[in-house]
Amino acid sequence: MAVSTFGRPARAAGSLKNRLKPGDWTFTGLTGAAALVVILVIVGMFYELTRQSWDSITANGWSFVWSTEWDPSKGIFGAGAFVVGTLITSVVALVLATVIAVLVALYLVEIAPGYIARPVSYLVELLAAIPSVVYGLWGIFVMGVFIRDHFGPVVVNHFSWIPFFDGTPLITGLFSACIILTIMILPTIMAVSRDVIAAVPRSQREGVLALGATRWEMIRLSVLPYARSGILGAAILGLARAVGETLAVTLVIGNSVKIPDNIFSPAYTMASIIANQFPEATGVHKAALIEVALLLLLVTFMINVVARILVWRVTKGQRVVVEE
Amino acid sequence: MTTPNQPWALGRTEGLYLRRKAVDRIMTGAMIVAVALAVIPLFLILFYLLKEGIPGLSLSLFTDEPNRPGKPGGGVHNAIVGSAIMVGMALAIGVPVAIGTGIFLSEYGQNRIGGYVRFVIEVMAGIPSITVGLFVYGLIVLRQGHFSAIAGSVSLAILLIPIIARITEEMLLLVPRSLREASYALGASRWRTVLRIVLPTALPGIITGVMLGLSRIAGEAAPLLFTALGNNFYTTDVTAPMDSLPRRIYIYATGPYDYWHEQAWAMSFILVAVILVISLSVRALFGSRVTVRQ
Repeated sequence: MAVSTFGRPARAAGSLKNRLKPGDWTFTGLTGAAALVVILVIVGMFYELTRQSWDSITANGWSFVWSTEWDPSKGIFGAGAFVVGTLITSVVALVLATVIAVLVALYLVEIAPGYIARPVSYLVELLAAIPSVVYGLWGIFVMGVFIRDHFGPVVVNHFSWIPFFDGTPLITGLFSACIILTIMILPTIMAVSRDVIAAVPRSQREGVLALGATRWEMIRLSVLPYARSGILGAAILGLARAVGETLAVTLVIGNSVKIPDNIFSPAYTMASIIANQFPEATGVHKAALIEVALLLLLVTFMINVVARILVWRVTKGQRVVVEE
Repeated sequence: MTTPNQPWALGRTEGLYLRRKAVDRIMTGAMIVAVALAVIPLFLILFYLLKEGIPGLSLSLFTDEPNRPGKPGGGVHNAIVGSAIMVGMALAIGVPVAIGTGIFLSEYGQNRIGGYVRFVIEVMAGIPSITVGLFVYGLIVLRQGHFSAIAGSVSLAILLIPIIARITEEMLLLVPRSLREASYALGASRWRTVLRIVLPTALPGIITGVMLGLSRIAGEAAPLLFTALGNNFYTTDVTAPMDSLPRRIYIYATGPYDYWHEQAWAMSFILVAVILVISLSVRALFGSRVTVRQ
C-alpha cells in the first residue's frame, strides 16, 4: 500500500466528526447519493405504476382485486382469477418446496458425511443458477409432456375421487406451474435452512441425545425448534420468489382467465398475465395490467414486511425460552 | 409420548422402543427421498440441455441473423450481441450505484437511515422482474416514445443493484478494524482510508458480487420484454430496440416451428453454459460461500 502518498497529517484535536475534510464531505455525499438513488427507485416505482394504472384504478375501484371477470373486449377488468392463480401456485409450491428443502437440509447437516454433503449441496444450489426461461422451455417440452402422458393419467385414474383431482392432464396447466415453481424455489429455501440448521449449537443436540433420544427425536426436539425462525425466514424468501416468478410460469400455466376448477386446469398468475397480454394491450386494458403489476409490487413489499416482523417476533420468543 | 398399543407380546418399553426406532428409520428414509427429489430435476434439465441443445449448435447460430419465421436455418447473432451489450451497460449503470450504496451502508449505515436503506434493498431484491420491466416502460419507454436497449439496461441494472450492494456491504464489514486504524494512525482521512485500504482489501469479494449479479441478469427476459423489446436484425444502436438471448428463447419456445424449438434449446445450452462457467470459476476463485441465484 502506498502509504507515503497520504499527505497532510491529521489535525490532532477534536473528534473524528469534527475533523471531516472536503474530501470526506464529497465522499459521504457521493455514497449517500448512491443510497438515495436506491430509495428513489423504490418510491419512483410505486409512483410510476400508480400513475400509469390510474385509469384502471378509478374505473374499477377496489373490486379489481376480487372480481373474477376479465374481458378486454368488453372493457371489464377484475384480477381475482389471477390473484387466485398466484395464491394457489405459490402456496402449493411453498409447501412442497419447504418440506423437501428442510428434509434435504437436515440430511446434509445431520446425517451426510462431508464428501456427500458438499457436492449434493452444491448441486441443489445450481438449480438456482438456471434462468427462468430455461425452466419454462424444459417445463413445456419435457416435464409437461411427461405429466400429460404418464403422470396425469395415473393421478386421474386413481385419485379422481379427491375434489379437484378430476381433470384432463395437459402439457400446461396449474399442476405443471406448481411443480416448476417448487423446483425453482427449492434451492433458496434449502440453502438458508441448511445454514440455519448448521448454526444450531452442538450442546442442544448432545443434551437430547444424552437422554437417549433417537436421531430423529434429536432433530425434532432440539434442532427444529431452535432453527424455526430461520426456516420460516427461508420459506418466506421462497414465497416472494414464487409470487414474482414470471416466464417459467407463463410458459407452463396454460393461460386462461377463468378460475381453475381442477389441478390440471389452465390458469393465469398475476405475473404471467402481464407477460402474455401486455404487448397487445392498449388504453384501459394496459392500465389494468399495470395495476396488476402494482398489486404484485404491494404483495412482495408486504411479504418482506411480514417476514421481518415474523422473524423478529419468533427470535424474540426464542430468547424468552432460552432465558427460562 | 403416547402409550403404544402393540398387538404382539412385547413389554411396553420394548414396543415403544421399536416404534421409536421405526419412526427414526422412516424419517431418515424420507430425507434420502427428498435429496433424490431435489437433485433429479437438475440432472434432467442438464441432460435435456445437452441432448437437445448440442445438436442445434452450429456456426451459423453465432454468425447469422434470424430468418423470416418459418424458414429453417439462420442464427441468433443479434440476440447474443444484444445480450452482451445490454448486460454490459447494466453493469456500467448498476455497479457504481450498488458499490456506493454498499460503502454508504458499511461506513455510515449503523443508524436509523442505514436501517431504512437496508430495508429498501431487501424489498428491491424481492421485486418481481416483470414489475421492474413495467416501471422502466413507464419511466423511459413511454417518455421517449420508443423501445430501446438503454431502457432494457436500466431495468437490468435495477435488478443488479440489490445483489451487489448487499455483498459489498458484507465484504466491507469483514475488513479487519486494525487495517483501518493503521491507516488513520498514519494520518489518512476517512475517504482515503476507504478508497485505498478498505476497498482494495474487500475487492475479491466485491468482484464475486459483481459476477453473481452478472450471471443473474444474463438470464433475465421478463424485464426486457417491454423495455428493449426485441429486434430481428443486428444492431449496436443503444437507442433502438435490441434483441437478447433469454427473450429469444421465450419467443422461440412458444412458437410453432420445430427449428425454433431446436434453436431455443441450443440458446438455452449456451446461456446455461456461460452462467455455470461463471458460477464455477467464482467458486473456484473465491471459495464456496457464494453461489449464483437467479
